[in-house]
Amino acid sequence: MTTDKAKLAKQFIEAIPHAKALGMDMTEIGDGIAQLEMDYDERFIGDPETGVISGGAVSALMDTCCGAAVMSHPQVKGATATIDLRIDYMRAAVPGQRIRARAEVYHLTRTVAFVRAKSYDDDSENPVATATGAFTAERKS
Amino acid sequence: MSRPRPEPVQVVKQRRDAALSALVSSIPYSQFLGIHFDRRGDELTATMSFDEKIIGNPLLPALHGGATAAFLEITAVIGLSWSRLWEDMETGVLSLDEIEAGHMPRLPKTIDFTIDYLRSGLPRDSYARARVNRSGRRYASVHVEAWQDNRAKLFAQGTGHFLIPERKP
Repeated sequence: MTTDKAKLAKQFIEAIPHAKALGMDMTEIGDGIAQLEMDYDERFIGDPETGVISGGAVSALMDTCCGAAVMSHPQVKGATATIDLRIDYMRAAVPGQRIRARAEVYHLTRTVAFVRAKSYDDDSENPVATATGAFTAERKS
Repeated sequence: MSRPRPEPVQVVKQRRDAALSALVSSIPYSQFLGIHFDRRGDELTATMSFDEKIIGNPLLPALHGGATAAFLEITAVIGLSWSRLWEDMETGVLSLDEIEAGHMPRLPKTIDFTIDYLRSGLPRDSYARARVNRSGRRYASVHVEAWQDNRAKLFAQGTGHFLIPERKP
């Protein structure tokens, strides 16, 4: 990332209390694509028997990532909100590993952005979870 | 023929409350989000207390969609586990001693979860209830509704499918 973009990425997370509380890091942004990462944290565990992170924490990462992708789209002005989000959990994330989510706006109408996202741990071949969602968007005229 | 005398109410309550508490306190992420459960008979209501750290848009302000998603999913997981735990508890398969020793059934695994965001979450407490629409031997389908000030005005709803773990040997 360029220094300008890195600064913007940092400001984006800083402005969202929930993203900050989960320790999210934006590692890529622009042209309707965003990448966010989050460290493993024992407070985020969803199943104490396995130490696997809660699906809810992964959902939060992907929702934020999708929202960032929408806002980074050159044709979108202003903020966005989630209309609906579906998350498929492919496998348990390996405890202790960082989660990386990547989202892209694959279609934009005058009012809606359609977004897809995937999340990975250290194994970048097999996603931990995928998401598809519809987000509000105002298209620049 | 006389039916057996019902158990004293305190005994029943103690067992049910111990089971709920053991189930809920086992999920760290639920604690992190400030979620707790109230019980009336077998009906559960989840509350996510408002906190600065669950805000997604500080200008409005509005709750983060991710916090809402996690709240719904945790409510569904607990609701589904609770309905299965209830049977074991009421039929005597699971005793109070076992419950207090933390011998809980394994938690169901989420297969998929869809969240419908109906209006923005206001900076105040949120409530949710889960309804198990189908719970088979292997799979379950659960619906969750969440509201804030008015029970009839949902701010989010969700449906999830879950894999039910095999019973411990």
